[in-house]
Amino acid sequence: MEALGLDVLFMGSNAARLLQGLWVAVQISAISVVLSIILGMLFGIFMTWKNPVAKVISRLYLEIVRIMPQLVLLYIVFFGATRVMGLNISAELSSIIVFVFWGTGEMGDLVRGALTSIPKQQYESAAALGLNKAQIYRQVIIPQAIRRLIPSSINLITRMIKTTSLLLMIGVIEMMKVGQQIIEANRMTSPNAVFGIYGTIMLLYFVICWPISMLANHLEKKWN
Amino acid sequence: MNFDAMAQYLPLYEDAAWLTLSIGWIGIAGSVIIGLIVAMIVHFRIPVLRQLCRVYIELFRNTPLLIQLFFFYFGLPRMGFSITPEVCGMVGLALHGGAYMAESFRAGLENVEPIQRESAISLGLSKLQSMRYVVLPQAVSLSFPSFVANVIFLLKETSVFSAISLMDLMFVTKDLMGLYYKTTECLVMLVAFYLIILVPVSVAGTYIERRLRHGSFGA
Repeated sequence: MEALGLDVLFMGSNAARLLQGLWVAVQISAISVVLSIILGMLFGIFMTWKNPVAKVISRLYLEIVRIMPQLVLLYIVFFGATRVMGLNISAELSSIIVFVFWGTGEMGDLVRGALTSIPKQQYESAAALGLNKAQIYRQVIIPQAIRRLIPSSINLITRMIKTTSLLLMIGVIEMMKVGQQIIEANRMTSPNAVFGIYGTIMLLYFVICWPISMLANHLEKKWN
Repeated sequence: MNFDAMAQYLPLYEDAAWLTLSIGWIGIAGSVIIGLIVAMIVHFRIPVLRQLCRVYIELFRNTPLLIQLFFFYFGLPRMGFSITPEVCGMVGLALHGGAYMAESFRAGLENVEPIQRESAISLGLSKLQSMRYVVLPQAVSLSFPSFVANVIFLLKETSVFSAISLMDLMFVTKDLMGLYYKTTECLVMLVAFYLIILVPVSVAGTYIERRLRHGSFGA
């Protein structure tokens, strides 16, 4: 235990504090995922519009989301917004803003993909059966689109949880930061804590993300 | 916006961008090699090694790059393996990316229709020939879109290198913001440099993707 630096984990409330940090990370990603799914649906429908202006806007937005590292976006919102607009946003709120901005783009693209991947015959047959436009969407298209959508949106959740590790750089007290604090506090008494604590954090991320991505894989296989 | 200050910071950003690019490309090249080997092992179901490769893929895909780097850079020296930040960045990126690359190559190999291999064999091609002339070209074109996505993703991930004291774009930005308090200028340059690095990759990727579409033939 001591050689691996795992003894520190069981001193005081260290283990509980790490889990609390994990809880902060999960909370931030859960809030962001819910908001991104709602906004992403709207954005996905917006992306299927034929209007050229709508196309340019959605293309530009998607490229920004695809190209800018999340850490850069975090810096822009956390440091830039304060400077340029005088807004004083907390680190937690700015991370939610960035995650929602990123997630909406990704979800929108997924929703667009799911909507356009449904063959035209589905729309036409539904219309031929006398369903009106709302009924076509509600009873024919959306149930099929959702099946194609759910596995990839579950994957987005794991990616958000993994990306919460960056939040330490703008000062959110999440699992990585708590880990650093524990290591710093025990630097003299058990220098090997750095191995044990970072190893534990890695394992905790894995324990959270692995079942979720397994579920996504399972659903994808089952529904395709 | 203070353009004099920006001109003054330019050399620092240039150096940082080169650092990101050099470490990034070595890491990505490493991840392609690791990915190919692992994908082959999983595809041909080599016993024992295959299980090890699955564990590697799942472990590295389901943990963030930052904690992997922290573990290698701060954790491993306590166990007697110390590495420089540059090597740590390359190795970390190669291992992290290798897991993603392996998944996309494996999916490419598996998505080639079985009828393609069967037809090749019935035409009298040997196993090796059917792999080389029929299956691999299609697998490459099928996995190319996710390969491009992975390259962009890995280049973006290099932004966390500042945490292991590599002087990359994020590090320089944070440093300058702290020193001179020219936040807007620094952030604008940060965004500009990431665009310079990533837009060409994205454009080239889309272009090659379009040229390589022959793989979906017959699917």
